[in-house]
Amino acid sequence: MAQKQRIYADFIPSTSSGHRSVNQSFQRHLRPTFFQFGINRMSLQSANPLLRVEQVSHDYTPATPALAPVTFAVAEGEFVCIVGTSGSGKSTLLRIIGGLVRPSAGEVWLDGARSTEPHPQIGFVFQKTNLMPWRTALDNVLLPLELIGAVGPAQRSQARSLLELVGLADFADVYPAELSGGMAQRLVLARALVRHPRLLLLDEPFGALDALTRERLNLELLRIQTGQHQTVVMVTHSINEAVFLADRVLVLGEQPGRILAEVGVDLPRPRSLALMGSERFGALATEIRRHIGLVDT
Amino acid sequence: MAEGTILATIQKERDERGSNRRSASGLLRGVASYPAPVTFPFVVASILLLWEGLVRWQDYPAFILPGPLAVAGKTLTLASNGILWKHAQVTLLEIVLGLLLGVSLALILGYLLGKSQTLDRLLSPYIVASQTVPVVAIAPLLIIWFGNGLLSKVLITGIIVFFPTLVSTIVGIRGVDPDLHDLMRSLRASRSQLFFKLELPAALPVLFGGLKLSVILAIVGAVVGEFVGADVGLGFLINLGRGVLDTPMIFVAVLALVVIAQTLYLGISALENYYLRWRK
Repeated sequence: MAQKQRIYADFIPSTSSGHRSVNQSFQRHLRPTFFQFGINRMSLQSANPLLRVEQVSHDYTPATPALAPVTFAVAEGEFVCIVGTSGSGKSTLLRIIGGLVRPSAGEVWLDGARSTEPHPQIGFVFQKTNLMPWRTALDNVLLPLELIGAVGPAQRSQARSLLELVGLADFADVYPAELSGGMAQRLVLARALVRHPRLLLLDEPFGALDALTRERLNLELLRIQTGQHQTVVMVTHSINEAVFLADRVLVLGEQPGRILAEVGVDLPRPRSLALMGSERFGALATEIRRHIGLVDT
Repeated sequence: MAEGTILATIQKERDERGSNRRSASGLLRGVASYPAPVTFPFVVASILLLWEGLVRWQDYPAFILPGPLAVAGKTLTLASNGILWKHAQVTLLEIVLGLLLGVSLALILGYLLGKSQTLDRLLSPYIVASQTVPVVAIAPLLIIWFGNGLLSKVLITGIIVFFPTLVSTIVGIRGVDPDLHDLMRSLRASRSQLFFKLELPAALPVLFGGLKLSVILAIVGAVVGEFVGADVGLGFLINLGRGVLDTPMIFVAVLALVVIAQTLYLGISALENYYLRWRK
């Protein structure tokens, strides 16, 4: 709890209307459930996952279920990858966790409280690079802070240090149109991190990039994730990427999407790209492919 | 749509400026990079020469076609005795008030129609149908109902300006990137934040296109109103000039309208360049 307070104190400005709204949502999300759902609270204390997805299913129309009931949990500091073919509902699942899509059934619990709408403690990186073209790199990173309160020198220096973290320190005053695809995606990452989210959701963040840029950004993502002890749930269709990044890989089957297997990745950290040539890496990737049905058993 | 062509021309100018940079030196290079501003004095000078030549060659009387010198003289006279400013300021006021009225109403309604499909389907047929009524044709009615003064001209101008702004507002609001909507939703933006931080800036490029068109149409509205019934204004001055066969005065009034139109258009363009500087 003490750590949580500290994180909140980091980004709640002291004099603004945003203060109140964030605080209210903070209470709404975290407090009442303690009394209402005593049993859940008990079970949480033993496992203490940051995120729990319980029997979440979704269908856009009753005839076509996109997601069969899915249940899993993510611990604090864990990096979980969700792999699956397109049509496995993995993006839908991520949007449900992010509160952007209401599930047809089931519940999402974040830090012991039920979450039904976009949560202030979640950072979301979307499949498409959605930067505001009329804002400079710095102003794009500042946007999430602007929405919760006044932006002063403290917020600016915070945004600048994030730009530095993703290697864009020299591009603070540049408009997105002048950035390359890889740089734009780093910027999106910086924006998602600016509120110090406890949970970072990544929806195929590097899917549109070339393979080389993608590998480099994966390395940077790992560096940032390790440095900030960031909890990450990432959706990808690249098995290699999933094995390289994750502590645990959830394999999603298609139509309707459901968890076929959970594969723990026991590769040592810190990881380097050389690891991808190792025997263990190959074995894990093959295991995942077998679960999807790409490799005969 | 005409706004499309205006935008297209501007874009073309920009492209030409960009692509022709690597050509000959000096004046030629200047012409290549900024064709319009550099050639402007030459074009104006040759038009004036042709005009003067035509008048002298055909020996037209001044009430048919006055020469440029006669027009210049008349301009000086009307400017120095204050008559030009007296009429121009009334027309300018009509234009500005009409623009404010028409544009603000169109922005509000356009935003609502852009946001709500239901409202759009409910109201659009009537709005489109109303556009088949020529404003020029109902101008006399507005004069009958609202008098000879400022109000009727502001209304005519407002009505004329309304539609292009409405269309561009709807297009602008509908064109907002849905991925940015997702972003704002994930960041729990409030309604007003959604408007000021996303919808307004995202719609601005299209809005400016509509606004440029509206400025030109506003001048048409004000002048038409003054033609139909007025005792002051540049449109009235033109009518008066026709009545008393003072053709140079018509030329002066038309020139004054051109100056007003150019100034307003350049003003909007300057604003556009400032607010859309990220597009360069």
